[in-house]
Amino acid sequence: MSSANHHSSPASGKSSHGSFKSYIVGFILSLVLTVLSFGAVMSGAVPKGLVLPAIVVLCVAQLIVQLVFFLHMGTSPDERDNTAIFLFTMLIIAIVVAGSLWVMHNANVNMMPMHMSAGQAMTRD
Amino acid sequence: MSTTVATHIHDAHAHHDDGSKTLLGFWIYLMSDCLIFSVLFATFGVLAANTAGGPSGKELFELPYVFGETMLLLISSFTFGGAMLAMNAGRKNQVVAWLLVTFVFGAGFIGMELYEFAKLIHEGAGPNRSAFLSAYFTLVGTHGLHVTCGLIWILIMTHMVARFGLDGVVKRRLSCLSLFWHFLDLVWICVFTFVYLRGVL
Repeated sequence: MSSANHHSSPASGKSSHGSFKSYIVGFILSLVLTVLSFGAVMSGAVPKGLVLPAIVVLCVAQLIVQLVFFLHMGTSPDERDNTAIFLFTMLIIAIVVAGSLWVMHNANVNMMPMHMSAGQAMTRD
Repeated sequence: MSTTVATHIHDAHAHHDDGSKTLLGFWIYLMSDCLIFSVLFATFGVLAANTAGGPSGKELFELPYVFGETMLLLISSFTFGGAMLAMNAGRKNQVVAWLLVTFVFGAGFIGMELYEFAKLIHEGAGPNRSAFLSAYFTLVGTHGLHVTCGLIWILIMTHMVARFGLDGVVKRRLSCLSLFWHFLDLVWICVFTFVYLRGVL
């Protein structure tokens, strides 16, 4: 890791990357993806079942665009540490979020209905 | 032999005290902040349907308004890029100007959000109405709090740049603030997708 940081310029470090062009490209791509997201929901042109997958895909696409163009995340040697830490964090987040939703969904589905006593629930089995 | 090694290690330490460690450390802080938000998102995901007979997202959220908020934050993220480019070019006055523009857009975002919260509470859809609204106010409010901290930080950095110029310390702090500000825009992308857009589906 120490050798990876060898070449970064003093003080400005990782943010010394990025040009006016890369910020413009990132901004325009983000703008387009945002408009598409809101458009998919507000226009009603997208078939009902496809709206949710569409906005999730657009969300992930915009996250990647901003990470690359604004936060300068990449695979060059002095960006690699940040990228590795980020990917590990994403793994933890996936476990926390997917795990919570899964466990709580199952808990909801298997919960005893409010209007039913324990005795009734057992006799129905 | 041992002295040569010691000197070498000392040299290596001196060489690496150049701000890149600070940025790496700040990145690790951002990732832990990411975990806080992911837990709040998970909570919201679990409680989103529990409206306790109160209003749902479909009745409460106005997408054109949210689109306006999104634009303000996205533009402020872009103008901060302008500040970083001016910093790398060593143009002090331009950095101050871009930072102030960023502050105006960021403050506009917070203003819109506060108005939205006030309106919801006025309509009787405050955080104590249902589990859905508690989770909503916690998640969106935590993001708003971060943006507010970012705004204060922008003002402080504007003052530092104007007063001390673009020296090593100021540049390093601006780089950290840049990461922080862009990171808040990333979180907002998830907020408008999973809270607002999914909420009205």
